[in-house]
Formats: sequence, C-alpha cells, structure tokens
Amino acid sequence: MNRSEFLSRIFVITGIILAIGAPLVFWTRTPLIHARMAENGGWNPDIIQAEVGQPLDLKLTSDDVVHGFAVGQMDMQSVDVLPGKVTDLTLIFDKPGIYTFFCTRWCGLNHWRMRGTIEVSGSSADPEPASIPMYVTLDLDIDAPHESPVVPQQIPSAIRGQELITNSPILQSPDYYRSHSPYQAFTDLSHTTLAEPQRWDVVAYIWQSNTTPESLANGQQLYAQNCAACHGENGAGDGVFADDLAASGEASMQTMTGADNMMMQSPVDFTNPTRMLGASPALLQGKILRGGMGTGMPMWGSIFTEEQIWDLVAYIYSFQFKYHY
Amino acid sequence: MAKIVLTRNPFIKNALKSRYPQLAVFIVMLVGYIFAILAGLIGTPVGSHNFSIVFVWIAWWAILILVAVPFFGRGWCAVCPIPLPGEWLQRGAILAPPDKKPKWLNLRVPKMFRNIWLQNISFLLLALFSSVLLTTPNITGIVLAAMLFAAIGLSTVFERRAFCRYLCPVGGFIGLYSQTAPIELRIKDKQVCVTCEGKPCYNGSSAGYGCPWDVFPGGLTKNTYCGLCMECIRTCPHDNIAVNLRPFSADLAKPSTRMDEAFKAFIMLGSAMIYAGVLLGPWGTLKDAAYNVGSSAWFVYAIIFLAIIFVILPGFFTLGILNTKNVLPLKQRFASLSTALIPLGLMFWVAFSLSFVLTNASYILAALSDPLGLGWNLFGTATTAWQPMLTTVLAPAQTLVLVGALIWSARTAQKAANEVKVSSIPVIVYSLIVTSIMLWLLL
Repeated sequence: MNRSEFLSRIFVITGIILAIGAPLVFWTRTPLIHARMAENGGWNPDIIQAEVGQPLDLKLTSDDVVHGFAVGQMDMQSVDVLPGKVTDLTLIFDKPGIYTFFCTRWCGLNHWRMRGTIEVSGSSADPEPASIPMYVTLDLDIDAPHESPVVPQQIPSAIRGQELITNSPILQSPDYYRSHSPYQAFTDLSHTTLAEPQRWDVVAYIWQSNTTPESLANGQQLYAQNCAACHGENGAGDGVFADDLAASGEASMQTMTGADNMMMQSPVDFTNPTRMLGASPALLQGKILRGGMGTGMPMWGSIFTEEQIWDLVAYIYSFQFKYHY
Repeated sequence: MAKIVLTRNPFIKNALKSRYPQLAVFIVMLVGYIFAILAGLIGTPVGSHNFSIVFVWIAWWAILILVAVPFFGRGWCAVCPIPLPGEWLQRGAILAPPDKKPKWLNLRVPKMFRNIWLQNISFLLLALFSSVLLTTPNITGIVLAAMLFAAIGLSTVFERRAFCRYLCPVGGFIGLYSQTAPIELRIKDKQVCVTCEGKPCYNGSSAGYGCPWDVFPGGLTKNTYCGLCMECIRTCPHDNIAVNLRPFSADLAKPSTRMDEAFKAFIMLGSAMIYAGVLLGPWGTLKDAAYNVGSSAWFVYAIIFLAIIFVILPGFFTLGILNTKNVLPLKQRFASLSTALIPLGLMFWVAFSLSFVLTNASYILAALSDPLGLGWNLFGTATTAWQPMLTTVLAPAQTLVLVGALIWSARTAQKAANEVKVSSIPVIVYSLIVTSIMLWLLL
C-alpha cells in the first residue's frame, strides 16, 4: 500500500470514528429531562434524585409541544420547556421530602397528568409535622352530595350584606367560615328578622370578610393557570378541554395504568348555586387537596401550599357572591 | 452559443484530475452524512431542531434543486457520500486502482433492471411517505442509513455503482433534469476513442478505475447517466475528455424514446404539484391523510397520488397527442414529446422549493449551533428565531419561474415535435394547463 492510500484510509477512518463517536459521547453526557404529552409518556425521567442544600441542575427539553415546568410547594417561577430547545434550571431544596414537579402549560387533554417527583434526601434542621387537613379533622365525606336546598333569587351582594349585619363575632370567625357552607350560615341567620335575600347578602359579606383582595387576586391567578383549562375562565365548567373530556369519556382514563374503572365526569360548574352554596370551604379544600377520585379532577395537595388552596377556595366562591373589591 | 471547454483552464483541469480535492470533499460529506444519521436516531425528535431534518430536507434540498441540478446537472452525484463506503469496499482501496481480479461477486445487473423503473419506484415510495419522512428525525435517520447500507450491499453483489445507477431515489430525477444543465462531460474527438486500445475509461487501468456509472464516455450524448465522477479524466491516456460549459437544455434537442424516462418526467411533474398541494396548501384533511401513514385516509391519498401520476397526467397527455397524425407509433411520440415536461418539471420543483426553503431556512442557523437539540450553542446561533425569509419577493419569484418554465417547455416541445414531425400545439396547451394549476396551488 502506498503512502497516499494509507493516509487516505487514516483520514477516512478518523472521520467516520469522529462522526459516530463525538455525537454519542456528547449525547450520553448530557442528561436531558424530556417532556412529552402525557399520552406519549409525560416526563422522562419522572423521578429525579436530589440532596438538601445541593444545587440540582436540570436540563429540560420538549419532544413535542410547548410544556412548562414548576415544582409544587416551592417558591419558584415556572419555566417554559420548548420543543427541540433546552431550558437550564437550577433548584436548591432546603427541606428533604418528595416534591412534585408538573407541567404548567395546557399542552393537551391529559396535561394535568404530566407530573413527576423529585426525591430530596438529607436531614432537615427543623422537621415540621404535617398538618392534618380540615376535612379530615371535621370528618367530612367530601364525595357525598352537598346540595343547598334553597338558593338565592339574585346574586348575594357583600355590599348590601355589610349594611345589614349585626355584630355577630361567631359568624365572622375564620373557623366558622371554613367549617360551614353558605347554606349553613344562611340557616344560622334564620333567627334574625332579615328577609331571605338579605340573609344571603349577609352570607356574602361573611365570605368576603374572611378573605382579602390579595388572597382573591392570588386565587384568581392560580385558578387561571391551573383550573380554567377544564372549569372555564368564568367558572362555568366550560374550559377549553371540557368538551374533549366529555367526548373522550372513559377511553381517556383507560390510557393510564390502573385507571380502568374510572369514569370521566364533566368539570364542575362553579356558577351553579345549588352545588356551591352547599359546600363549605373545608370541603372544597379537601376536594382540591385530594382530587376527585375517579372523576378526572387531579390532586393538588402536593403542588399547592395550604395558603394557596385557601386563596383558591375564596376565589371560587366569587362566582356566587358579589364582593365590593 | 458555442461550448466553452472548462478543462482547458489548467487550474480546473488539475483540480478535477487530482483525486485529493474530491477526496477532501468526500470525507466532509461522508462525515456529515453519518452525523445526520446519528442526529436522526439520537437527537431531538423535534424535526425543526434536528440536524438530520434541517440539513437534509432543507439545506441539502435547497442546494440540490435550486443550484446543483439546474446549474451543475449531476454535480451533486460527483460529491455524494452514499456510494463511497461500498465503492471503496468493492475496490479494496480508496485511491489505488483495483486489482485485476474482482474482490466480490462483481455481477452484472440483470437486463430487466437496467433502466430507471426501480428508481421511479424508490422515489415514489419515499414520496408517499414524505410527510412523515420530512418531519420525523428517526425515520430520516433510518432511511439515510438504509440507503448507505443498500449501496454497500449492492456494491458487493454487482459491479460498479449499481445503487446510483439503478436504485437511488434521487439519482433518477437528477439524471433526467441534468439534461437541462449548462455543464457536460464529453469526449473531444470521437476518432481518438474509436482507435483507443483497451478503453481504460470504461475498463480501468493503472491510472484509475473504469467508469463507476457503467457508461462508455466515447458514446456520451446526454448527461442522464454520467455521474460526473471525473474518473475518465484521470484514466484517459489521450487527454480526450473535456468538461464543457454549454447552453441550457442542450441534451433535450434529441428527445429520448425511453418509457422509463418519459414516466419519470410525469412522476416528477405530478409529485411537485401534489407536494405543493399537501405541504403548502390550506387543506388540513389532505395534510392529515398524507401524514397518517397506514390509515385508511392515507391509502386513499396514496391511490389518488399514484392515479394522478400514472393515469391522469399521462392520460390527458396521451389524449392530447392522439390526433397528431404521424407514422411513428404513439408510444414513441409519447416518449419524445414528454421531453417538454423535463424543463417544466424542474421549474415546478424550483418554484415549490422556493417557498418551502425560504419559509424554513432560518432553522438552519439554529440547528447548526445545536444539531442534536442538546442545548449547545456552538456558533452562538442556537436561539435564532424562526422567521420566513424574503416573503415579499416569494410570490413574484415563483410566478416568474413558472412563466419561464412555460416558455422553456414550449420551446422544448417545438424542438421535440420537429424531431417526430408532429404539431407541438397539444403539448404546449397541456403545459399551459398544468402550469396554471401549479400557479394556483402555489399562490
């Protein structure tokens, strides 16, 4: 073999080795978290290990449409995960535990199924005992029907209610508010001389006085980001996915393992007074926290903080009451 | 217009005669090709950000159809990496001439396959799956690898470049359209070839190997099957090979009479129109049907696709030329007159590709910096936003191309009609109708 042939072979073989080897090496050294629509596998990997106090560097990419990434119960801005692009993100956890990360973009019908966990190991300086949710301490059956036998003829107004209310500290205590439905408060006001519409106005005022404009604004924001896709921007249960959910019915539930017996229901209509005025804040908190087992309503307990859930609950009642802020 | 002998320029001649410039290009192309396969297989599944899709179906296609084919004919074949590993294996060497005794089976391709029907079929197969192929990196990676391995396999069984000559899905139309290109490789003096002993350009010698494209340069009258590999320039002992600059579409003056080539013209014409409808048109149902390979809608799409190409387009063409009274059999008139569709089809593809390429060209910069979608930014262009280019000149440019196509086709029709002594009117009317449809599809 002459020199030029030999050199040519060296060049060709080097080129081929580089063309195969270089991408493979870089590919194996870049661990990416891939986001796909839940039907196509969701997050991969969906379990991530981390240590308390150690920065966790994540590289996120989408394999199909625009997704978002956020970690539940953590004070962080969600980031967009774009198709074919890589989003870098560094997280630091100051408490051990199992955190839930989730998609924050309405990527498709099963958007809310796009969840994964970050297992943070290490020891915590001050371990906090988990608080028991109110629906458990009150022993509420959150799956039982909770209809209000009577409903107001017009939307109850907190402004009118404020003028009518007599000094009744019990009715305005946070514990009373959280553990009673508007209908119960309406009934408790039956000993007064107020007419029925006036009693509803007072109930509206009690509900308003147990929240703040900030809470309502925060609740509205959380609602718009997380709930409106199904429940609708105006709470009427007519979100962009509502029709698809109804159309896909049981079939969409069977796409996920172990969900064969589930039956998809239409998203609840928060503008329906019969249903809403019979529900106490504790009951709604329970439903949000735990999710509606088998109804398609996701569980949010691992994502929202307790305060966030109360803000959401307060906001949801605003579909029933007219507040003056 | 007279021909200009490019190889008279010593710089051009030496660059073509030496193996090293071509080898350097070959290595770059082969590395790029293998990288494209890998990118398709392991890179991001998002087509618009994967090197394989962006570089093969946008960058390469743009260069091929807008520059290489119209101006250099088979210029792409001269640097194509697909046959290389097989050819090197076949010869047992990269540069050195092969041994007298063949290393592998070295069979001759059976006569029934020595035409471009297989290429017609392989192109149609890719065309029918193109919506998926053009957007799915995995599939692109697999198809690119399959072509590489098919070429290697055929090189070990058959002599010369059987893959390029008889199977390559793009080789067929590049060959057909290369007849319009202003570049040709021809001999200088026929007498020299007649008296040449041993014909080393075809049979090989110590200076190099015999024509990989199974063409005897002494008999070359058309570009169709000359792969511009330049090997004959190196082997000719009489310095009788020249590369010439010539008028466009010089080869079309003598129409072909082959049915495989005639149908290739219809296949390419029809595919350009169907692609324009599917990829650029506003019809969602059509796009879905083309994309959902295997579904019943796709089968309907496939049947319509094949019907347009094999029945409707050639059918109306035949009806048109039926009354052109002539002693020549209809088959021969059909084949000869379809020559007019060669420049028409090429320009259809140019017009279609202009919008396809200009719309998507901005992906090239992003994919260059992050070819696998791993978050790299090699050249600082990874975040380049998608932006269609030259949108204001696109429609006028396409119209101009199609008007030019019609004129070019009409002139070709006149020449072809003269050869077979019939009227060119039906062919010109046919061209006018299909051009109007194409214009409507594009604008």
